[in-house]
Amino acid sequence: MASASGRIAVVDYGMGNLRSVWQALVHVAEGREVLVTADPALVATAERVVFPGQGAMPDCMRELEARGLRAVVLEAAKSKPFLGICIGLQMLFEHSDEGDVPGLGVFAGGVRRFPAEKMIAPQGDKLKVPHMGWNEVKHTRSHPLWNGIADGARFYFVHSYCVEPLDRECIVGMTDYGIPFTSAVARDNIFAIQCHPEKSAEAGLALLSSFTRWKP
Amino acid sequence: MGLAKRIIPCLDVTAGRVVKGTNFVDLRDAGDPVEIARRYDEQGADEVTFLDITASSDQRDIILHIVEACAAQVFIPLTVGGGVRSVADVRRLLNAGADKVSMNTAAVDNPDLVAEASAKVGNQCIVVAIDAKQVAPGQWEVFTHGGRKRTGLDAVAWACRVQQLGAGEILLTSMDRDGTRNGFDLPLTRAVSDAVDIPVIASGGVGNLQHLADGVTQGRADAVLAASIFHFGEFTVRQAKEFMRERGIEVRL
Repeated sequence: MASASGRIAVVDYGMGNLRSVWQALVHVAEGREVLVTADPALVATAERVVFPGQGAMPDCMRELEARGLRAVVLEAAKSKPFLGICIGLQMLFEHSDEGDVPGLGVFAGGVRRFPAEKMIAPQGDKLKVPHMGWNEVKHTRSHPLWNGIADGARFYFVHSYCVEPLDRECIVGMTDYGIPFTSAVARDNIFAIQCHPEKSAEAGLALLSSFTRWKP
Repeated sequence: MGLAKRIIPCLDVTAGRVVKGTNFVDLRDAGDPVEIARRYDEQGADEVTFLDITASSDQRDIILHIVEACAAQVFIPLTVGGGVRSVADVRRLLNAGADKVSMNTAAVDNPDLVAEASAKVGNQCIVVAIDAKQVAPGQWEVFTHGGRKRTGLDAVAWACRVQQLGAGEILLTSMDRDGTRNGFDLPLTRAVSDAVDIPVIASGGVGNLQHLADGVTQGRADAVLAASIFHFGEFTVRQAKEFMRERGIEVRL
Protein backbone atom coordinates (compact mmCIF):
# COMPACT_ATOMS: atom_id res chain seq x y z
CA MET A 1 0.00 0.00 0.00
CA ALA A 2 1.10 3.54 -0.70
CA SER A 3 2.95 5.28 2.07
CA ALA A 4 3.44 8.59 0.38
CA SER A 5 2.20 10.45 3.41
CA GLY A 6 5.41 10.33 5.41
CA ARG A 7 3.02 9.93 8.29
CA ILE A 8 4.09 8.27 11.51
CA ALA A 9 1.05 6.52 12.97
CA VAL A 10 0.87 5.68 16.65
CA VAL A 11 -1.66 2.87 16.98
CA ASP A 12 -4.31 3.77 19.56
CA TYR A 13 -6.36 0.78 20.69
CA GLY A 14 -7.72 2.52 23.73
CA MET A 15 -5.28 1.26 26.34
CA GLY A 16 -3.84 4.12 28.27
CA ASN A 17 -2.37 7.41 27.45
CA LEU A 18 -0.30 7.83 24.30
CA ARG A 19 0.41 11.50 24.75
CA SER A 20 3.98 10.90 25.93
CA VAL A 21 4.80 8.77 22.90
CA TRP A 22 3.22 11.29 20.55
CA GLN A 23 4.94 14.22 22.24
CA ALA A 24 8.40 12.65 22.04
CA LEU A 25 7.92 11.66 18.39
CA VAL A 26 6.79 15.19 17.50
CA HIS A 27 9.91 16.46 19.25
CA VAL A 28 12.21 14.43 16.96
CA ALA A 29 10.15 14.14 13.76
CA GLU A 30 11.26 17.47 12.30
CA GLY A 31 7.85 18.69 11.28
CA ARG A 32 6.52 15.43 9.87
CA GLU A 33 3.03 14.32 10.70
CA VAL A 34 2.72 12.23 13.84
CA LEU A 35 -0.76 10.92 14.41
CA VAL A 36 -2.26 8.98 17.29
CA THR A 37 -4.99 7.03 15.58
CA ALA A 38 -7.46 4.19 15.98
CA ASP A 39 -8.39 4.33 12.29
CA PRO A 40 -7.13 1.23 10.44
CA ALA A 41 -7.01 3.17 7.17
CA LEU A 42 -4.67 5.78 8.60
CA VAL A 43 -2.41 3.08 10.00
CA ALA A 44 -2.45 1.29 6.66
CA THR A 45 -1.36 4.37 4.74
CA ALA A 46 1.26 5.52 7.22
CA GLU A 47 4.90 5.41 6.25
CA ARG A 48 5.89 4.18 9.72
CA VAL A 49 4.00 2.61 12.57
CA VAL A 50 4.58 2.86 16.30
CA PHE A 51 2.88 0.16 18.34
CA PRO A 52 2.85 1.15 22.01
CA GLY A 53 1.10 -0.46 24.93
CA GLN A 54 0.54 -0.27 28.62
CA GLY A 55 -1.61 -2.03 31.14
CA ALA A 56 -2.32 -5.74 31.00
CA MET A 57 -1.69 -7.73 27.83
CA PRO A 58 -5.08 -9.55 27.82
CA ASP A 59 -6.85 -6.17 27.80
CA CYS A 60 -4.53 -4.92 25.06
CA MET A 61 -5.17 -7.94 22.83
CA ARG A 62 -8.92 -7.70 23.39
CA GLU A 63 -9.05 -4.00 22.52
CA LEU A 64 -6.84 -4.45 19.47
CA GLU A 65 -9.29 -7.03 18.14
CA ALA A 66 -12.37 -5.06 19.16
CA ARG A 67 -11.21 -2.01 17.25
CA GLY A 68 -10.43 -3.94 14.12
CA LEU A 69 -6.74 -3.08 14.24
CA ARG A 70 -5.19 -6.53 14.40
CA ALA A 71 -4.93 -7.11 10.65
CA VAL A 72 -3.51 -3.69 9.87
CA VAL A 73 -0.91 -3.99 12.64
CA LEU A 74 0.16 -7.42 11.36
CA GLU A 75 0.40 -6.03 7.83
CA ALA A 76 2.50 -3.09 9.02
CA ALA A 77 4.79 -5.48 10.87
CA LYS A 78 5.47 -7.19 7.53
CA SER A 79 5.87 -4.16 5.35
CA LYS A 80 7.07 -0.90 6.91
CA PRO A 81 9.28 0.52 9.65
CA PHE A 82 7.60 -0.72 12.80
CA LEU A 83 8.45 0.15 16.39
CA GLY A 84 6.95 -1.82 19.29
CA ILE A 85 7.14 -0.31 22.76
CA CYS A 86 6.62 -2.11 26.09
CA ILE A 87 3.41 -4.19 25.82
CA GLY A 88 3.70 -3.45 22.11
CA LEU A 89 6.84 -5.61 22.20
CA GLN A 90 5.18 -8.33 24.27
CA MET A 91 2.13 -8.52 21.98
CA LEU A 92 4.39 -9.45 19.04
CA PHE A 93 5.10 -12.82 20.67
CA GLU A 94 3.05 -15.99 20.50
CA HIS A 95 1.72 -16.22 24.00
CA SER A 96 1.73 -14.39 27.34
CA ASP A 97 1.53 -15.91 30.80
CA GLU A 98 -0.24 -12.71 31.82
CA GLY A 99 -3.84 -13.82 31.59
CA ASP A 100 -2.74 -16.87 29.53
CA VAL A 101 -3.53 -15.19 26.20
CA PRO A 102 -2.19 -15.63 22.68
CA GLY A 103 -0.29 -12.74 21.13
CA LEU A 104 0.19 -11.77 17.51
CA GLY A 105 2.87 -14.38 16.87
CA VAL A 106 5.18 -12.16 14.85
CA PHE A 107 8.09 -13.53 16.90
CA ALA A 108 8.32 -17.08 18.21
CA GLY A 109 8.38 -17.31 21.98
CA GLY A 110 6.45 -16.28 25.05
CA VAL A 111 6.05 -13.62 27.69
CA ARG A 112 6.78 -14.53 31.31
CA ARG A 113 6.59 -12.80 34.65
CA PHE A 114 9.89 -12.08 36.39
CA PRO A 115 10.45 -15.27 38.41
CA ALA A 116 9.86 -14.47 42.09
CA GLU A 117 12.64 -16.80 43.27
CA LYS A 118 15.25 -14.91 41.20
CA MET A 119 14.29 -11.43 42.35
CA ILE A 120 17.32 -10.97 44.60
CA ALA A 121 20.08 -8.43 44.06
CA PRO A 122 23.76 -9.48 44.28
CA GLN A 123 23.92 -7.83 47.73
CA GLY A 124 20.96 -9.90 48.85
CA ASP A 125 18.31 -7.20 48.69
CA LYS A 126 14.88 -8.03 47.38
CA LEU A 127 14.24 -6.81 43.82
CA LYS A 128 10.85 -5.18 43.42
CA VAL A 129 8.34 -6.03 40.70
CA PRO A 130 7.35 -4.08 38.64
CA HIS A 131 10.86 -3.48 37.38
CA MET A 132 10.56 0.30 37.50
CA GLY A 133 13.28 2.80 36.74
CA TRP A 134 16.45 3.25 34.70
CA ASN A 135 18.36 0.17 33.67
CA GLU A 136 21.09 -0.64 31.18
CA VAL A 137 20.37 -1.94 27.70
CA LYS A 138 23.32 -3.90 26.38
CA HIS A 139 23.59 -4.15 22.62
CA THR A 140 23.89 -7.81 21.71
CA ARG A 141 23.91 -6.93 18.03
CA SER A 142 24.49 -3.73 16.11
CA HIS A 143 21.40 -2.10 14.68
CA PRO A 144 20.71 1.24 12.95
CA LEU A 145 18.43 2.23 15.83
CA TRP A 146 21.34 1.94 18.28
CA ASN A 147 23.20 4.68 16.39
CA GLY A 148 24.30 7.42 18.75
CA ILE A 149 23.37 5.40 21.82
CA ALA A 150 26.12 4.03 24.06
CA ASP A 151 26.18 0.29 24.61
CA GLY A 152 24.75 -0.05 28.12
CA ALA A 153 22.97 3.31 28.12
CA ARG A 154 20.14 3.48 30.61
CA PHE A 155 16.49 3.56 29.59
CA TYR A 156 13.33 3.91 31.68
CA PHE A 157 11.46 0.64 32.28
CA VAL A 158 8.11 -0.17 33.88
CA HIS A 159 7.01 -3.79 33.54
CA SER A 160 6.40 -7.05 35.37
CA TYR A 161 6.66 -9.40 32.39
CA CYS A 162 9.42 -9.92 29.84
CA VAL A 163 9.74 -11.68 26.50
CA GLU A 164 11.57 -14.96 25.86
CA PRO A 165 12.30 -15.28 22.13
CA LEU A 166 12.81 -18.81 20.82
CA ASP A 167 14.95 -17.48 18.00
CA ARG A 168 17.93 -15.88 19.76
CA GLU A 169 18.96 -14.25 16.48
CA CYS A 170 16.27 -11.59 16.89
CA ILE A 171 17.69 -10.31 20.19
CA VAL A 172 19.41 -6.93 19.88
CA GLY A 173 19.30 -5.77 23.52
CA MET A 174 19.62 -7.46 26.91
CA THR A 175 19.11 -6.11 30.43
CA ASP A 176 19.77 -7.58 33.87
CA TYR A 177 17.17 -7.58 36.60
CA GLY A 178 17.52 -10.66 38.77
CA ILE A 179 17.80 -12.53 35.48
CA PRO A 180 19.19 -11.42 32.14
CA PHE A 181 16.16 -10.66 29.99
CA THR A 182 15.56 -9.62 26.39
CA SER A 183 14.93 -5.88 26.31
CA ALA A 184 14.97 -5.35 22.54
CA VAL A 185 14.37 -7.46 19.45
CA ALA A 186 14.63 -6.70 15.75
CA ARG A 187 14.04 -8.44 12.44
CA ASP A 188 13.89 -6.87 9.01
CA ASN A 189 11.57 -3.83 9.32
CA ILE A 190 10.64 -4.45 12.96
CA PHE A 191 12.31 -3.09 16.07
CA ALA A 192 10.67 -3.56 19.46
CA ILE A 193 11.83 -2.57 22.89
CA GLN A 194 10.63 -3.24 26.44
CA CYS A 195 11.49 0.15 27.94
CA HIS A 196 9.90 3.52 27.24
CA PRO A 197 12.10 5.54 24.87
CA GLU A 198 9.60 8.41 25.12
CA LYS A 199 10.54 8.74 28.82
CA SER A 200 14.24 7.92 28.52
CA ALA A 201 15.74 11.39 28.06
CA GLU A 202 18.52 11.69 25.44
CA ALA A 203 18.98 7.98 24.80
CA GLY A 204 15.28 7.50 24.18
CA LEU A 205 14.98 10.54 21.94
CA ALA A 206 17.99 9.35 19.92
CA LEU A 207 16.29 6.01 19.34
CA LEU A 208 13.00 7.62 18.31
CA SER A 209 14.83 10.04 16.06
CA SER A 210 16.63 7.18 14.32
CA PHE A 211 13.34 5.37 13.91
CA THR A 212 11.77 8.33 12.12
CA ARG A 213 14.59 8.15 9.54
CA TRP A 214 15.21 4.39 9.48
CA LYS A 215 15.23 2.73 6.06
CA PRO A 216 15.22 -0.99 6.74
CA MET B 1 25.11 -3.59 37.02
CA GLY B 2 21.35 -3.35 37.13
CA LEU B 3 18.54 -1.05 38.03
CA ALA B 4 19.62 2.41 39.20
CA LYS B 5 18.34 4.00 42.37
CA ARG B 6 16.32 7.04 41.39
CA ILE B 7 16.64 10.65 42.53
CA ILE B 8 13.41 12.61 42.25
CA PRO B 9 13.21 16.36 42.81
CA CYS B 10 9.78 17.44 44.02
CA LEU B 11 8.13 20.78 43.31
CA ASP B 12 5.26 22.14 45.38
CA VAL B 13 3.02 24.03 42.99
CA THR B 14 0.11 26.31 43.79
CA ALA B 15 -2.01 28.02 41.15
CA GLY B 16 0.67 27.24 38.59
CA ARG B 17 3.63 28.63 40.52
CA VAL B 18 6.35 26.89 42.47
CA VAL B 19 6.03 27.61 46.17
CA LYS B 20 9.01 29.48 47.58
CA GLY B 21 10.59 29.54 44.15
CA THR B 22 14.15 28.47 43.74
CA ASN B 23 17.41 30.26 43.52
CA PHE B 24 19.01 28.77 40.47
CA VAL B 25 20.98 31.82 39.48
CA ASP B 26 20.26 31.80 35.78
CA LEU B 27 16.58 30.97 35.66
CA ARG B 28 14.47 33.48 33.84
CA ASP B 29 11.49 32.70 36.02
CA ALA B 30 12.22 31.03 39.34
CA GLY B 31 8.55 30.33 39.90
CA ASP B 32 7.90 28.51 36.63
CA PRO B 33 7.53 24.78 37.29
CA VAL B 34 8.21 23.87 33.67
CA GLU B 35 11.49 25.73 33.53
CA ILE B 36 12.59 24.21 36.83
CA ALA B 37 11.60 20.72 35.69
CA ARG B 38 13.64 21.22 32.53
CA ARG B 39 16.61 22.28 34.61
CA TYR B 40 16.36 19.16 36.75
CA ASP B 41 16.14 17.04 33.62
CA GLU B 42 19.37 18.65 32.40
CA GLN B 43 21.01 17.85 35.73
CA GLY B 44 20.10 14.19 35.30
CA ALA B 45 17.01 13.84 37.48
CA ASP B 46 15.42 10.43 37.00
CA GLU B 47 11.88 11.73 37.37
CA VAL B 48 10.15 14.90 38.47
CA THR B 49 7.21 15.13 40.87
CA PHE B 50 4.73 17.99 41.02
CA LEU B 51 2.69 18.27 44.18
CA ASP B 52 -0.27 20.53 43.54
CA ILE B 53 -1.15 22.29 46.78
CA THR B 54 -3.62 24.71 45.23
CA ALA B 55 -6.27 25.39 47.85
CA SER B 56 -9.09 26.94 45.84
CA SER B 57 -11.00 24.61 43.56
CA ASP B 58 -11.49 27.16 40.77
CA GLN B 59 -7.73 27.21 40.17
CA ARG B 60 -7.28 23.45 40.17
CA ASP B 61 -7.23 23.10 36.39
CA ILE B 62 -4.12 25.26 36.14
CA ILE B 63 -2.00 22.23 36.99
CA LEU B 64 -3.22 20.55 33.80
CA HIS B 65 -1.70 23.29 31.67
CA ILE B 66 1.54 23.04 33.60
CA VAL B 67 1.63 19.29 33.06
CA GLU B 68 0.96 19.74 29.34
CA ALA B 69 3.74 22.26 28.96
CA CYS B 70 6.14 20.11 30.97
CA ALA B 71 5.37 16.94 29.01
CA ALA B 72 6.13 18.76 25.76
CA GLN B 73 9.65 19.63 26.91
CA VAL B 74 10.81 17.15 29.51
CA PHE B 75 11.21 13.53 28.42
CA ILE B 76 11.54 11.81 31.76
CA PRO B 77 8.71 10.44 33.90
CA LEU B 78 6.46 13.01 35.52
CA THR B 79 4.40 12.24 38.62
CA VAL B 80 1.63 14.58 39.71
CA GLY B 81 -0.22 14.50 43.02
CA GLY B 82 -2.36 16.68 45.22
CA GLY B 83 -6.13 16.89 45.30
CA VAL B 84 -6.71 13.74 43.27
CA ARG B 85 -10.18 12.52 44.30
CA SER B 86 -11.54 10.39 41.48
CA VAL B 87 -10.69 8.24 38.50
CA ALA B 88 -11.71 11.21 36.36
CA ASP B 89 -9.02 13.30 38.08
CA VAL B 90 -6.47 10.58 37.38
CA ARG B 91 -7.46 10.44 33.73
CA ARG B 92 -7.31 14.21 33.30
CA LEU B 93 -3.76 14.32 34.62
CA LEU B 94 -2.62 11.35 32.53
CA ASN B 95 -4.21 12.83 29.42
CA ALA B 96 -2.41 16.10 30.07
CA GLY B 97 0.89 14.21 30.03
CA ALA B 98 1.54 12.91 33.54
CA ASP B 99 3.03 9.41 33.63
CA LYS B 100 1.97 8.62 37.18
CA VAL B 101 -0.61 10.11 39.49
CA SER B 102 -0.29 10.01 43.23
CA MET B 103 -3.17 9.92 45.66
CA ASN B 104 -3.12 10.25 49.41
CA THR B 105 -6.20 11.35 51.39
CA ALA B 106 -8.57 10.02 48.72
CA ALA B 107 -7.00 6.56 48.97
CA VAL B 108 -7.58 6.48 52.74
CA ASP B 109 -11.14 7.79 52.44
CA ASN B 110 -11.99 5.43 49.63
CA PRO B 111 -9.54 2.53 49.14
CA ASP B 112 -11.67 1.26 46.26
CA LEU B 113 -10.47 4.28 44.31
CA VAL B 114 -6.97 2.76 44.21
CA ALA B 115 -8.34 -0.49 42.85
CA GLU B 116 -10.62 1.21 40.38
CA ALA B 117 -7.98 3.61 39.08
CA SER B 118 -5.40 0.86 38.84
CA ALA B 119 -7.77 -1.39 36.90
CA LYS B 120 -8.58 1.45 34.51
CA VAL B 121 -5.15 2.91 33.81
CA GLY B 122 -2.72 0.23 34.99
CA ASN B 123 -0.88 -0.01 38.29
CA GLN B 124 2.25 1.50 36.74
CA CYS B 125 0.40 4.84 36.74
CA ILE B 126 -0.84 4.74 40.33
CA VAL B 127 1.28 5.96 43.21
CA VAL B 128 -0.11 5.96 46.72
CA ALA B 129 1.41 8.64 48.93
CA ILE B 130 1.58 7.75 52.61
CA ASP B 131 2.24 10.39 55.26
CA ALA B 132 3.31 8.64 58.45
CA LYS B 133 4.12 9.69 62.01
CA GLN B 134 5.78 7.58 64.65
CA VAL B 135 3.38 6.71 67.46
CA ALA B 136 5.50 4.13 69.33
CA PRO B 137 8.94 2.59 68.81
CA GLY B 138 8.78 0.77 65.49
CA GLN B 139 5.21 1.85 64.88
CA TRP B 140 3.89 4.53 62.55
CA GLU B 141 0.40 5.83 61.89
CA VAL B 142 -0.96 7.17 58.61
CA PHE B 143 -2.05 10.81 58.63
CA THR B 144 -3.97 12.71 55.98
CA HIS B 145 -4.79 16.31 55.16
CA GLY B 146 -1.14 17.30 55.15
CA GLY B 147 -0.47 15.58 58.46
CA ARG B 148 -3.33 17.15 60.38
CA LYS B 149 -5.71 14.22 60.57
CA ARG B 150 -5.06 10.82 62.16
CA THR B 151 -6.47 7.79 60.45
CA GLY B 152 -5.82 5.00 62.94
CA LEU B 153 -4.11 3.05 60.13
CA ASP B 154 -0.75 1.42 60.69
CA ALA B 155 1.62 2.67 57.99
CA VAL B 156 3.19 -0.72 57.19
CA ALA B 157 -0.17 -2.48 57.08
CA TRP B 158 -1.60 0.29 54.90
CA ALA B 159 1.33 0.00 52.51
CA CYS B 160 0.65 -3.72 52.12
CA ARG B 161 -3.03 -3.01 51.62
CA VAL B 162 -2.52 -0.47 48.85
CA GLN B 163 -0.16 -2.85 47.10
CA GLN B 164 -2.94 -5.45 47.11
CA LEU B 165 -5.40 -2.85 45.87
CA GLY B 166 -3.18 -2.16 42.89
CA ALA B 167 -0.77 0.65 43.72
CA GLY B 168 2.33 0.48 41.54
CA GLU B 169 4.56 2.46 43.84
CA ILE B 170 4.55 4.05 47.30
CA LEU B 171 5.67 7.57 48.09
CA LEU B 172 6.45 7.42 51.80
CA THR B 173 6.83 10.67 53.74
CA SER B 174 7.81 10.90 57.38
CA MET B 175 5.78 13.72 58.90
CA ASP B 176 8.20 13.75 61.83
CA ARG B 177 11.12 14.47 59.54
CA ASP B 178 9.53 16.56 56.80
CA GLY B 179 11.09 20.00 56.81
CA THR B 180 13.62 19.19 59.55
CA ARG B 181 16.62 18.50 57.29
CA ASN B 182 17.60 15.76 59.75
CA GLY B 183 17.36 12.94 57.24
CA PHE B 184 14.76 10.32 56.39
CA ASP B 185 13.05 8.25 59.05
CA LEU B 186 15.17 5.23 58.13
CA PRO B 187 13.41 2.61 60.31
CA LEU B 188 10.08 3.66 58.79
CA THR B 189 11.46 3.52 55.27
CA ARG B 190 13.00 0.14 55.83
CA ALA B 191 9.91 -1.31 57.50
CA VAL B 192 7.71 -0.33 54.57
CA SER B 193 10.21 -1.22 51.87
CA ASP B 194 10.79 -4.67 53.35
CA ALA B 195 7.06 -5.29 53.70
CA VAL B 196 6.05 -4.64 50.10
CA ASP B 197 7.16 -5.85 46.68
CA ILE B 198 6.49 -2.59 44.84
CA PRO B 199 9.01 0.27 44.73
CA VAL B 200 9.16 2.69 47.66
CA ILE B 201 10.18 6.34 47.33
CA ALA B 202 11.59 7.78 50.56
CA SER B 203 10.63 11.36 51.36
CA GLY B 204 10.82 13.88 54.15
CA GLY B 205 13.82 15.32 55.94
CA VAL B 206 16.67 15.42 53.43
CA GLY B 207 19.25 18.03 54.47
CA ASN B 208 22.41 16.72 52.84
CA LEU B 209 23.69 14.17 50.36
CA GLN B 210 24.51 11.57 52.99
CA HIS B 211 20.81 11.49 53.85
CA LEU B 212 19.99 10.51 50.27
CA ALA B 213 22.53 7.70 50.36
CA ASP B 214 21.26 6.51 53.75
CA GLY B 215 17.73 6.31 52.39
CA VAL B 216 18.91 3.74 49.89
CA THR B 217 21.49 1.80 51.89
CA GLN B 218 19.78 1.77 55.29
CA GLY B 219 16.19 2.55 54.37
CA ARG B 220 16.31 0.24 51.34
CA ALA B 221 14.32 2.76 49.35
CA ASP B 222 14.16 2.29 45.59
CA ALA B 223 14.09 6.03 45.02
CA VAL B 224 14.69 9.16 47.07
CA LEU B 225 12.72 12.37 46.82
CA ALA B 226 13.90 15.78 47.94
CA ALA B 227 12.89 19.36 47.48
CA SER B 228 14.81 22.06 49.26
CA ILE B 229 18.38 20.79 48.86
CA PHE B 230 17.93 20.99 45.11
CA HIS B 231 15.69 24.05 44.89
CA PHE B 232 18.01 26.38 46.69
CA GLY B 233 20.98 25.36 44.62
CA GLU B 234 22.92 23.81 47.50
CA PHE B 235 23.43 20.69 45.43
CA THR B 236 22.64 19.69 41.89
CA VAL B 237 21.07 16.35 41.12
CA ARG B 238 24.32 15.42 39.41
CA GLN B 239 26.32 16.09 42.57
CA ALA B 240 23.89 13.94 44.50
CA LYS B 241 24.35 11.11 42.03
CA GLU B 242 28.13 11.39 42.06
CA PHE B 243 28.05 11.26 45.86
CA MET B 244 25.90 8.16 45.82
CA ARG B 245 27.99 6.44 43.19
CA GLU B 246 31.15 7.01 45.25
CA ARG B 247 29.38 5.10 48.01
CA GLY B 248 28.68 2.14 45.79
CA ILE B 249 25.09 2.98 44.93
CA GLU B 250 24.10 2.38 41.34
CA VAL B 251 22.79 5.56 39.71
CA ARG B 252 22.17 6.86 36.19
CA LEU B 253 24.96 9.27 35.38
